[in-house]
Amino acid sequence: MNRIIEWIDARIPMSNTMKLHVTQYPAPKNFNIWYIMGSLALVVLVNQIVTGIWLTMNYVPSAEGAFASVEYIMRDVEYGWLLRYMHSTGASAFFVVVYLHMFRGLMYGSYQKPRELLWIFGMLIFLVLMAEAFMGYMLPWGQMSYWGAQVIISLFGAIPIVGDELTTWIRGDYVISGATLNRFFALHVIALPLVLVILVFLHLIALHEVGSNNPDGIDTKRKKGSVPKEEQSPFEFHKHYADKYDIVDSVPFHPYYTVKDLVGLAGFLILFALVIFYAPTMGGFFLEPPNFEAADPMRTPEHIAPVWYFTPFYAILRAVPIKLLGVILMFGAIVLLFLLPWIDRGNTRSMRYRSIWHKLNIFQFVISFIVLGYLGVKPATDIYTMMAQIFTFLYFAFFVFLWFYSKNEKTKPLPERLTK
Amino acid sequence: MSNAPVDKGRRRFLTVATSVVGAAGAVGAAVPFIASWNPSAKARIAGAPVEVKIDKIELGQLVRVEWRGSPVWIIRRTPEMLASLNETEKNLRDPDSQVAQQPVYAQNQHRSIKPEWFIAVGICTHLGCSPQFIPKSFSVAEGVESGFFCPCHGSRFDIAGRVFQSVPAPTNLVIPPYYFVDDNTVIIGEDEGTA
Repeated sequence: MNRIIEWIDARIPMSNTMKLHVTQYPAPKNFNIWYIMGSLALVVLVNQIVTGIWLTMNYVPSAEGAFASVEYIMRDVEYGWLLRYMHSTGASAFFVVVYLHMFRGLMYGSYQKPRELLWIFGMLIFLVLMAEAFMGYMLPWGQMSYWGAQVIISLFGAIPIVGDELTTWIRGDYVISGATLNRFFALHVIALPLVLVILVFLHLIALHEVGSNNPDGIDTKRKKGSVPKEEQSPFEFHKHYADKYDIVDSVPFHPYYTVKDLVGLAGFLILFALVIFYAPTMGGFFLEPPNFEAADPMRTPEHIAPVWYFTPFYAILRAVPIKLLGVILMFGAIVLLFLLPWIDRGNTRSMRYRSIWHKLNIFQFVISFIVLGYLGVKPATDIYTMMAQIFTFLYFAFFVFLWFYSKNEKTKPLPERLTK
Repeated sequence: MSNAPVDKGRRRFLTVATSVVGAAGAVGAAVPFIASWNPSAKARIAGAPVEVKIDKIELGQLVRVEWRGSPVWIIRRTPEMLASLNETEKNLRDPDSQVAQQPVYAQNQHRSIKPEWFIAVGICTHLGCSPQFIPKSFSVAEGVESGFFCPCHGSRFDIAGRVFQSVPAPTNLVIPPYYFVDDNTVIIGEDEGTA
């Protein structure tokens, strides 16, 4: 066995890479439950890729065949129903873990210096994920697939001058048609997953370069020679890290966090299986009722709502009675997240040691996001529209407030070493 | 291998020139990939005009036909519906159809060639849903019984497809080019005399 490993290591740096990124990678020792979301996202990504490949084997990407082929998968292909529900539930699960993952970053200031690029790669993953989910939702060619795509593509029509031609170019037709379906299929199964995997790779490399943040938001890699030997972590870390820094309060990623993540994974899979087997449509939130009806270009369903993970942004779009402004605000809501590392001008990362204003601001942001998500599935009545306007304002106010108070924020003293 | 001193200016020129030519080539190579996303010849042909018989349409009835894959409405308006066009005007964004959402021959109060016949593309100018035709109980103003309501984002239009104020849709509904061949036949998709 050793000779085989030596043979490989002489040709590709296998053992070294394993040590550098897994067995001798230092991670702060105080990770809590919020820190399992990243590895769960990776598991869900693998689930999406594997079930997606299997679904492709029976799916027919054409306006004539798509809807029937999905029914065929559900009824006639052995375990086709399971593969499809794993894929559709996986899509929602992806957003659940990614939103929680982002919230973790928000709470503990994981976007702050020196992790700006790590945050940006993460946001790009989020953006590609939304495109991937949107295109995937179109493939069953149900009523909601069709009209949802119609609405989203029309967003680009709001761009002055080139808008109309741009939407025709995206659709490849004057309306959503088989041409649109086929190109979205190609993007959904090849182009975007490739981009996604590359971005995930970059996200991880960037993470391992700067190291994980932690719930206390203080550095566990100290200046070389600043910490006495007996206070440093007793573990052997890769010299790539140990030569540059004195490492405190850290454990090797494997076995400590691989085992922890496995416990989290077990819990996650229980919930995941419950949804797949007992509530695959999740009461119309994961798979919407109108989508069990084939696409009809002549008739819009009574009430159009996107899948739950888009509804906060959709509510922002609808809140504004001017088309172009609504589109700008909707995209602006995402652009501001990209800029978070620079909007937050504070130096204290974790909200544990930040002012009450910061805690209240994060709290109202989460509430606004959830309420907007709720409003996004409701019909556009006067009262709901007014509420959407209020909470859209609060969503944006989060960033404005943050920019102002973070400059001279009164924070608590940071601990010298990680707390429990 | 020559030992002559390196001419850095010349080397830089060659590097830049090669890069520029290479970039031009890359742009050229991108053309087919981008252009292939345009509507195909088949899709363009499917955009041909359609001929519709309208003699069986009742007063107050809406008929949908397909043109370029979009729903086109043909409505035979009642006198009450036409009368309501006066009532809505004060609440409209563009009552005189200033924005070019229609051929010139439909830029009038009833937005059609013949007042009785309303022909429009049934696609909301907001985000492309197909609004619902509400023939009765539209209740946006006194004396207005009929109009269109988009279920997606709540946009409202009067019975001539004119958009109301303070709804998300920015402009009136689109009127396609069309003409009457005779009293019972209409051609949708081209102006008279162009074929």
